[in-house]
Amino acid sequence: MTQGRPESDPTISDRQGWMGLLARAAPDRLAELMPGPLPTHALLRAPEIGAVMVRGRIGGTGAPFNLGEMTVTRCSVRLEEGTVGHAHVQGRDRDHARRAAVIDALMQGPGAEAVKRSVLDPLARDEAARRHARAARAAATRVEFLTLVRGEDA
Amino acid sequence: MYVAVKGGERAIDAAHAFLAEDRRGDPGVAELSVAQIRQQLALAVNRVMAEGSLFDPDLAALAIKQARGDLIEAIFLIRAYRTTLPRHGASRPVDTGAMACVRRISATFKDAPGGQVLGPTFDYTHRLLDFALLADGEVPPAPQAPPREGPVPHVTDFLGRDGLIEPVPPCDDAPRDLTREPLELPADRALRLQALARGDEGFLLGLAYSTQRGYGRTHAFVGELRIGTVAVEMDIPELGFAVGIGEIEVTECETVNQFKGSRTEPPQFTRGYGLVFGQTERKAIAMALVDRALRWRELGEDFAGAPAQDEEFVLSHADNIQATGFLEHIKLPHYVDFQAELELIRRLRAEAMASPEAAE
Repeated sequence: MTQGRPESDPTISDRQGWMGLLARAAPDRLAELMPGPLPTHALLRAPEIGAVMVRGRIGGTGAPFNLGEMTVTRCSVRLEEGTVGHAHVQGRDRDHARRAAVIDALMQGPGAEAVKRSVLDPLARDEAARRHARAARAAATRVEFLTLVRGEDA
Repeated sequence: MYVAVKGGERAIDAAHAFLAEDRRGDPGVAELSVAQIRQQLALAVNRVMAEGSLFDPDLAALAIKQARGDLIEAIFLIRAYRTTLPRHGASRPVDTGAMACVRRISATFKDAPGGQVLGPTFDYTHRLLDFALLADGEVPPAPQAPPREGPVPHVTDFLGRDGLIEPVPPCDDAPRDLTREPLELPADRALRLQALARGDEGFLLGLAYSTQRGYGRTHAFVGELRIGTVAVEMDIPELGFAVGIGEIEVTECETVNQFKGSRTEPPQFTRGYGLVFGQTERKAIAMALVDRALRWRELGEDFAGAPAQDEEFVLSHADNIQATGFLEHIKLPHYVDFQAELELIRRLRAEAMASPEAAE
């Protein structure tokens, strides 16, 4: 029941923020924002496609149950100066995972502000726009029972 | 008698080449792309993800193309693929209360806080063929309105506040996993829900309908049906905290069912629960009805002998890949088996002819 709640440590909650954003990003868009060649890095764990069992809760809030799996690709890298970056990204794109791991490492170093401006901020704007577009269309389908009898405009 | 049969290879290769050509169809007609299937046959993609038990829209769309639109064949392809994947872990349970809903309706409360949001639904369409779709054309933009901020509370929370519906005890026990250990009966509710979530939509629809018609009646109302995206988070051991690993679209159905009370419980409403990958509301409603029917023992109800109440019957037959595998295997060569049957029949006939009754 702790999901969605940022951890109390601000550096952890910041990192959760960008890792989640990178995991959800469209691989093509991420590659466009961060074209190669990537900064020199060693692969601690080469990109690996796998599955994660997604769980739900009985009745929405009760005991967990296994809903089904989703594809996830993970990767861990170390930059030349020694910073380690990790990624678990949705889908089966190895470059996506590798890029996300490199960005995770860069975000812990002195270049973080520049990476945030050039990569993370545009991703966050894309995501907000995508969500708003769905939410706004859904909102237009809200049934307003009470407005049916509003008479003062007649 | 063992008879080795060879010689089918060339015929099989030719059959597969024929299949590939038929799959493509008339080369004068543009080929369907996987992206088109994903975008324009999204509900088929959702069904393949749900019953294939793997959320990956691109793979599901590819499977549909490869299977020529045979969704059970596509589900089979996805199930086969998923067995090749290493398991990176299990997510934290998704929080459907925080869902970004595109659809959210309640059949029990007109004025449920958060409102009735119809979303992209077939409901209230006239089910008349739309011949305009025969022609290519621009789709007029859908209207937009300012979204309301904040999470949408579950409708059953309101009944729970007054104690009118059974409570859902919170719990964090790791559930058993059908894909890792063979199904053992009796199954707990978590295991049943896993089986139902990946079960065949048609089978669950039939069972759920049977409960409505009186075979294990549970008097279900759709307390709430919601469709939208939820965040998926997983604890990462090397980090020591959880991170978002993606987001998925799901459909959730909570039913509110009559219950007259028992020796230990006061009269109150009870719950059925359905949660399915993708926009799959028929399946989610059916799942919730069957879930509720299977709970008769836990709630101290009578076993009416209805199929939907019979856990062994439901769980053993809900999986369409198991079912189709066993069903379709009988079309494959059984020459030796059948030879034995043939000899048996001939011998029995010969004995019957030779017996005194036959001679008379």
